[in-house]
Amino acid sequence: MSEDGQGSQALAAPRPHRSLWAVAGERFLESLIRFSGVSAVIFVLGIFFFVFREAAPVLFAPGFDLGEFLFSTRWYPTSASNVRYGTLALTVGTLSVTALAILLAVPFGLGAAVYISEFCSPRAKETLKIVIELLAAIPSVVWGFIGLTVMSRVIVTLTGAPVGVNLLNGGVILALMSVPIIVSIGEDALKAVPDSYREAAVALGATRWQVVYRVLLPAARNGLLAAVLLGVGRAVGETMAVLMATGHAVQIPHGLLDSVRTLTANIAAELGEAPAGSDHYRVLFLTGLLLFALTFAVNLAADLAVRGVRRR
Amino acid sequence: MTRDLPRARIFLCTGLLAALVVACGPGGGPQTTTIQVKGSDTMVNVAQAWAEEYQQVAPEVDVEVSGGGSGVGIAALIRGTVDLATASREMKPEEVEQVRANTGQEPRDIVVGYDALAVYVHRDNPITEITEEQLARIFAEDGDVTTWSQLGIAIPGASDDTIVRVSRQSSSGTYEFFREHVLKDRDFKLGSRDMNGSKEVVELVGTTLTAIGYSGMGYATEAVKMLPLAAAAGQPVVPPTVEATLSRAYPLARSLHVYVLGEPEGEVRRYVDWILSAEGQRILQDNGYVPVRDSD
Repeated sequence: MSEDGQGSQALAAPRPHRSLWAVAGERFLESLIRFSGVSAVIFVLGIFFFVFREAAPVLFAPGFDLGEFLFSTRWYPTSASNVRYGTLALTVGTLSVTALAILLAVPFGLGAAVYISEFCSPRAKETLKIVIELLAAIPSVVWGFIGLTVMSRVIVTLTGAPVGVNLLNGGVILALMSVPIIVSIGEDALKAVPDSYREAAVALGATRWQVVYRVLLPAARNGLLAAVLLGVGRAVGETMAVLMATGHAVQIPHGLLDSVRTLTANIAAELGEAPAGSDHYRVLFLTGLLLFALTFAVNLAADLAVRGVRRR
Repeated sequence: MTRDLPRARIFLCTGLLAALVVACGPGGGPQTTTIQVKGSDTMVNVAQAWAEEYQQVAPEVDVEVSGGGSGVGIAALIRGTVDLATASREMKPEEVEQVRANTGQEPRDIVVGYDALAVYVHRDNPITEITEEQLARIFAEDGDVTTWSQLGIAIPGASDDTIVRVSRQSSSGTYEFFREHVLKDRDFKLGSRDMNGSKEVVELVGTTLTAIGYSGMGYATEAVKMLPLAAAAGQPVVPPTVEATLSRAYPLARSLHVYVLGEPEGEVRRYVDWILSAEGQRILQDNGYVPVRDSD
């Protein structure tokens, strides 16, 4: 090695000085990082497996009717005379609350992200970001409490509805919970758009609005969609707040002021009493699988939509 | 710009850590025994009051109380994770069987008081009495009553006189008691607001002009009224009072239970005895229930 040129010496020199420990350590770290990388997949499969294992016996039981489970609104898990497990009302409850929350949260969230990223002064930006982080840190039970006490009264006064805990209440509370997530991630996505894009657009004489609308939003659409999806994820999976704010009534809502019950709230309210291994217990796990399938379908649809947009 | 995001997180984490340290700090005094109590939401207030008062009697015993419903308490007893399960209904034979199979012990039933399951409506509702049969028509799956006018009641100031049914979640002993005694084991009509606690039922009824709900009589507030109840039309109408509960003249009187695994021993035994003592029963009475013995 000593007879090599200076350049190659510099390249080759470190190798013999590396101890066995350093090599082993690097290998170890490498595999650790690789494991972390695939761990998400392992966890998802693991969760799916365990939930499925709890649910499977009832799914393949002779007396169980999957059609009734999916498409009946009659949910009587502890009936003394006629036990029926129909989850349609719960599924519709989850979907309607989520849809309302997203309808309210996406314009607000994306608007706030655009404002923070593009329009406001650096000082306002710092303050807003801290406040939004704080908003994201409020526990869901506190949101539920706000829904139960403050929001329900506001809704009764404004709309004259007999009961303030309903679909509208749950939707608004979930929207408030999803907005901080959409804003934080959306703002990151907009910030990731290179400044050269903005400069080029401005140089072409675009107004600020045109820059946002024609350049930034298309350029950041993947990140923005991720922001919306994480917001949807929070809304679909949220339990405590909807348990408290939606009124917990098993019915298909006919309007914004009807009470609903969601899949998550139903699991939370009933799993504690269902004796382990009973049909009721297994059916609750099956509703967990249903929830899993719903989220998966939403994510898949959004992913396909993004691919579609990209191809175009 | 990215800088302040992690900073906010670190701030949050430090706060959480501090909270954790504080929470762990003063605990773990010398030789404390913990008694775990879980179950009935109807009884959670009185169970909590007992636990607090018992601190004065036996400072070395820590009584931890949680609700969730009679079914939740009994499920915990079956798993053997609690010392006492409170229940506003009797244990079902299959639950007794599960306790035997899982823990190898016999559940011991101790009646600690009585309660009347009261029917609540809003203070401004002009209705003065109701029959069990009317309740069944309002609450049961095949019941035909959905509006107050069907009962001949006009609610002043209500634009929509649809009856808002306020019920309980299915793990509640109150829910099962109501289903067994009023609905005669038929199912509830879907679409009722299923609240997660006795207090929530009364609160919602108190803020809803057209609501009707059922809950323990200990939860009455200014905003609601308890309806006198008749078993059927033509039968005597009885208000939910202490006397009517004791004499069982009130149709929805029920006993409040505490379940223990096997014969209670040591501190658990002392605690149960204290609950049944004059002082424990006085606390029960203060919470709006009817004692098993005269506290005088």
